[in-house]
Amino acid sequence: MSQILKMVAQRFALGFLTLFIVSLIIFLGIELLPGDIAEEILGQSATPETVAAFRKELGLDVPAHIRYFDWLWGMLNGDMGRSLANKREISELIGLRFGNTLFLAVTAAAISVPLALTLGVLAALYRHSFYDRAVNVVTLSSISFPEFFVAYILIFLLSVTFPIFPSIANISDATPFWEKLYKVLLPALTLTLVVVAHMMRMTRAAIINLLASPYIEMANLKGLSRARVIVKHALPNALAPIINVVVINLAYLIVGVVVVEVVFVYPGLGQLMVDSVSKRDLPVVQASAMIFAGTYVLLNLLADILSILTNPRLLHPR
Amino acid sequence: MNATLKLLASAPWSARFGIVVILGYAIVAILAPVLTPYGETEIVGAEFEPWGGDFILGTDSLGRDMITRLIYGARNTIGIAFLTTGLAFALGSVMGFLAAAISGWVDQLLSRIVDVLMAIPALIFGLLVLTIVGTSIINMVLVIAVLESTRVFRLARAVAMGIVVMDYVEASRLRGEGLWYIMSREVLPNALPPLVAEFGLRFCFVFLFISALSFLGLGIQPPTADWGSMVRDNATLMTFGDITPLVPAAAIALLTVAVNFVVDWFLHKASGLKE
Repeated sequence: MSQILKMVAQRFALGFLTLFIVSLIIFLGIELLPGDIAEEILGQSATPETVAAFRKELGLDVPAHIRYFDWLWGMLNGDMGRSLANKREISELIGLRFGNTLFLAVTAAAISVPLALTLGVLAALYRHSFYDRAVNVVTLSSISFPEFFVAYILIFLLSVTFPIFPSIANISDATPFWEKLYKVLLPALTLTLVVVAHMMRMTRAAIINLLASPYIEMANLKGLSRARVIVKHALPNALAPIINVVVINLAYLIVGVVVVEVVFVYPGLGQLMVDSVSKRDLPVVQASAMIFAGTYVLLNLLADILSILTNPRLLHPR
Repeated sequence: MNATLKLLASAPWSARFGIVVILGYAIVAILAPVLTPYGETEIVGAEFEPWGGDFILGTDSLGRDMITRLIYGARNTIGIAFLTTGLAFALGSVMGFLAAAISGWVDQLLSRIVDVLMAIPALIFGLLVLTIVGTSIINMVLVIAVLESTRVFRLARAVAMGIVVMDYVEASRLRGEGLWYIMSREVLPNALPPLVAEFGLRFCFVFLFISALSFLGLGIQPPTADWGSMVRDNATLMTFGDITPLVPAAAIALLTVAVNFVVDWFLHKASGLKE
């Protein structure tokens, strides 16, 4: 047991080290790149006075390490500074939107995870059948589609030709839950189509790998029933790779929302980030990048830890 | 020549389809000025004219001929994606070979830098850097090339690790050959096959990445014709039941599907699996 605890603790330490380094890069990336950010944003025509004032506003007149720790402390306490574009509190801007993004991602996950697992397991069990080959070609194609292509096809089919869903997901805080869910369904469906292919292929590969291992053959040769082989022998060992597949794709979902949010004019964090990039609103971009990257790193950490915790070899040491 | 034909004849239909599509795109991209009736940025009619008549696919939001923009878009979008992938490969494989050939602290340093870069999702990192350096084609190409080179580095390093321990590399070291000779004459030729397959996959990622950025308005800037921004500019037509914005999007999808089919076949052959 202590071996597991040690491994989990190691992963935690590594994960938080990664988070720390990621935050360093996101915040101090400006220092590493050539040129002066203030002059760069204000343009050629800026007078030295405005540049100096702007530098003060960004806090660039303070040494980098002090600025970094201030920023990090603020991030941890929910105080992320103010936006350059409209001077509003960033935490105020981000708070609601991050909730919306999570809502979209969770809805997409609720549809895509069961769907992908079922399709993947079926493809593995009926390998080389017509179904398996058809699924292979379809998923290979849908992996290659840009997100906005899938989104516009769905809009064309489900909101223009057959007006079932609205083409714009303009929800607000006051929207009741069921209406929210209804409006978010089309973007969620888009995300589902984007991630299902990948998740399904990885599940298929994991199961095929597993069914080829000697102890499964042994169980079959002993004359166990098919159901018992799968539930008792295959499933405990399949858990780790499947959990890995699911969590990694959830991490991908969190990032994949950016384009989909823009297509559906969904008020999420990705939309905010894209708007802020074109306005060059650095503090907002940094805060959103940190939230996205942080979620990504934490989900990957979760995948690591869950696959350690479900590994039968570690759970029942000799 | 004969061997090539034989190889093609043994390819599955999906790979053959992929090869035909890729060749088609290449021809259209190269012959763009010959194939198009109008100039790339020439305004030839009213905004959003319907299909048919003088303009086969109608006109866009500024009254430019859609089919002309589409054909020039092939040249711009594919050209830029190809250049970016090439840069990513040059950078990634040189660094990867260096890490494998020198090993020690150089390897440690490069590998840890790559680990950190890969811990941040590429799109998010790209958006962050573009805020700092500003949106332009050159910036975008450099940012994406650096981000993608991390994946190339991993592969190149792993492949080269297996090669640098071979006797013939040892022999050339004893002969007193320099680092550059070992990397270019001994490691590179032997590492080429897996890198070629990876090039196809990376090209797809880069192509989709650039299209996504252009679609978000942060990539290839107007008036340069480009498929991602064409979708964005004409998206309003969708709500009126006009499928024009789907055409450039489909052009992107078709090319990536074709490349994926060919790479899939290539990998299948290279792995020697007989399923």
